[in-house]
Order: sequence, then C-alpha cells, then structure tokens
Amino acid sequence: MAEKIQFELVSPAKLLLSEPVEMVVVPGEDGDFGALPLHAPLISTVRPGVIDIHNDGKVTNRIFIAGGFAEVTGERVTVLAEEAFPLTELTSEIADERRAAADLAVTDAQTDLDRSRAARQVAIADAMVIALR
Amino acid sequence: MPSLKDLRLRITSVKSTRKITSAMKMVAASKLRRAQTAAEAARPFAERMERMLGTLAGAMAGQAGAPAMLTGTGSDQVHLIVPVTADRGLCGGFNSSITRATRLLAADLLKQGKKVVIMPVGRKGREALRRDYGHLMIEGFDNLGRKGITFPEADQVATRITQMYANGEFDVCTVVYNRFVSAISQNVTRQQLIPFPVPAQSETVDASARAVYEFEPGEAEILAEILPRNLAIQLFRSMLESQASEQGARMTAMDNATRNAGDMINALAIKYNRSRQAQITKELIEIISGAEAL
Repeated sequence: MAEKIQFELVSPAKLLLSEPVEMVVVPGEDGDFGALPLHAPLISTVRPGVIDIHNDGKVTNRIFIAGGFAEVTGERVTVLAEEAFPLTELTSEIADERRAAADLAVTDAQTDLDRSRAARQVAIADAMVIALR
Repeated sequence: MPSLKDLRLRITSVKSTRKITSAMKMVAASKLRRAQTAAEAARPFAERMERMLGTLAGAMAGQAGAPAMLTGTGSDQVHLIVPVTADRGLCGGFNSSITRATRLLAADLLKQGKKVVIMPVGRKGREALRRDYGHLMIEGFDNLGRKGITFPEADQVATRITQMYANGEFDVCTVVYNRFVSAISQNVTRQQLIPFPVPAQSETVDASARAVYEFEPGEAEILAEILPRNLAIQLFRSMLESQASEQGARMTAMDNATRNAGDMINALAIKYNRSRQAQITKELIEIISGAEAL
C-alpha cells in the first residue's frame, strides 16, 4: 500500500516523532483503534498502553505512552503524550519501581485529587506490566 | 585626594568585579541558548493542544454541561494572580517589571472592589511583593527549574491551581510572566488561564469541524481531561518563556556591567597615573629646591 498517514508523537518537552507510516494502532479510552489514511476525523483520550506503528504489513516500532490525547484526521494522527518512550527501553525493573511508587501514593493519598492521581499511576504501572508480557 | 595605594586597591577590586560580571554573562549566554531551545521545543505540543481544544470548545459551544474551567464560575469576584519571576537577582529589570505589572493589576482589581490572591512563582517576586501585598499572598513555589523547567514541575503548580479552583477559592486566574522576544527584550505578558479564553477563530474554523469530528468517549469527558492538562501546558510554556527571558535579561545586564567596569578601570588608571606623576614632580621639586638652598 503506497498511501501513508503522517504520525506525530508530541510530549510537552518536544516533538518526539513525526513520520509517514502505513498504520498506527492507538490505545484509545474505549478500546484500541487503528488509524489508516483517510480515517474519519476523531478526537479521543488515550489510556496508558502501547502504540504500534505498522509499516509494510508488520509492526516496525512500539512505543509505550502513559496516556494523553489523540487527534486523527484523514492525513494525520497526532498523539499528545505526557510521557512516551520506546518499548525496548521499558524493563521489568522500571515497571516494578513505578508499581511500588504508585502503591505508596495510593496509601498516602489524602484528598480526592491525590487518590485520582494515584489511581492514574497505578493504571500506568499496570499498563507497563501488561506491555512487557 | 586618595593616595596611590587606595587607587591601586580600587583598580584591583573593579577588575575582579569585571571578571565576575563577564563570567556571569558567559554563563547566562550558554544557559540562554539552552532555555531558548527548550522554549521552542515545547511549542508544537502547546499548538496542537490549542487546536484540539479549539475544536472541542467549538463542539461544546452552546451545549450545557461544559466544565467550569472553560465557562467560569459565573462570577469574577476573586482573582488569583500568579507572577512568574526568577529565584535570583542580577538580571536587570527582569523581576521588577513583573512585580510592577502585578502591583498594577492587583491595585486595579482592588479598586474595583474585587478580592485578590497572589501565588508567586519564584523567590524574587515573593520577596518584592511581600511588603505591599503580604496579606493577600498564599504560599507559592520557589526553586523551580534549577536545571531547566521540567513538565512535572509545571504540573505541580497546575495541580495546586486546579485544586484551589475546585474548592472555589478563586474565580479568575491570571499568570504574569516575561515573554521571550530576544536577548535584549522581554515582554511582560498577562495571560488569563481560568476560565480558559477560547481562541477567537475557533468559532469560524471549527463550526465546520464540529460536524465531522467524532469524539471518544464524548466531548464533555475529553474536555474534563484536557482542560487541566492544558492549564499545566500553559504554565509550562510561561515558565519556559520566563526562564529564557531571565537568562536574556541577565546576559544584557551583565554585558552592561562589564562595559561599565571597563570604563571605570580606564578612568581610575588615568587618575592613578596622573597622581603618580604629580608625586614624582613634587619630589623632584623638593630635591632641587633643597640643593639650591645650600
């Protein structure tokens, strides 16, 4: 397939990735969705998980993201991520560390806001564990 | 008339001051470069976030149930002002221009009978505003961005603001910071963060987009997620701009100081040489007149 879709991954600190790809699979809030060229315009929240970048019919790059937002138009996929790194950099030590920190945050949480933040951290850590499997 | 020894000491001391200021200028220049790159690198995210928010706000326009962060609390009695300054001085008018703008804004609001709360970011702003507005001040943030501002730091500030807003502690939030224009010029900028001012063009542009975009899970849910994020992003951006401005202002101030020190050294050196010559002449006259007297 010759048609490509422009994939952009942006973190608050910088533009991480901007390249034409065949397809990206984004972990949306209501389930994963694949974005091919000419996808219908869509804005979605993204849960912590793994973005798969497909080229030539197979996965060429896998990136872990800790949640964010995605905007899809016919020719472009923009993912705004708070935190993102290649899956190859993710090790079980990192995941365990995050998990421990998240659990601690849950027990320490005093206010509703703290609790929701801690729950988020737990979700991120869980997604890391799942991604490693 | 200072003695020769006094002059010599002055010259040495001004010389070492010049060494310090020129070193500070060099340091500021290299930090400026880093801060400027960081500020530029953060732009794509903020731009895309704004575009998305514009689309969302367009889609939500006229619908009930929009989050309070977008629509406001329906009153504007209590204003939260967040002045972003540096933790250190010696950067020309950088900090004082922010405190001046904050004072003006606060005085204006107080005159209108509104309540004002000040949450300073940066040590210098807190110290400068404490005397006049200490009673309006709440605990702010110091020592952010020692090694360049990171997003979690900005997020920390945003969380505090979100929490205060949720508790109904203020109605309108404005941030005052220096926007980076170039190394020699910074613009004091006032930006309203809450309620979030929807970009004006979203009315026209997104009227069409509204029809085509799908939202997952729904407009209101996404908005509720994206608005606090956007707050953090806007703060992050203003802090980055402020940091770049600070280094620019310091570089300019230190450049001037170095030049002034150089001028002073020249003036002192001339004075030193003149008095040395005068002394030699005086001694010669004494010797000659002593010899003649014999």
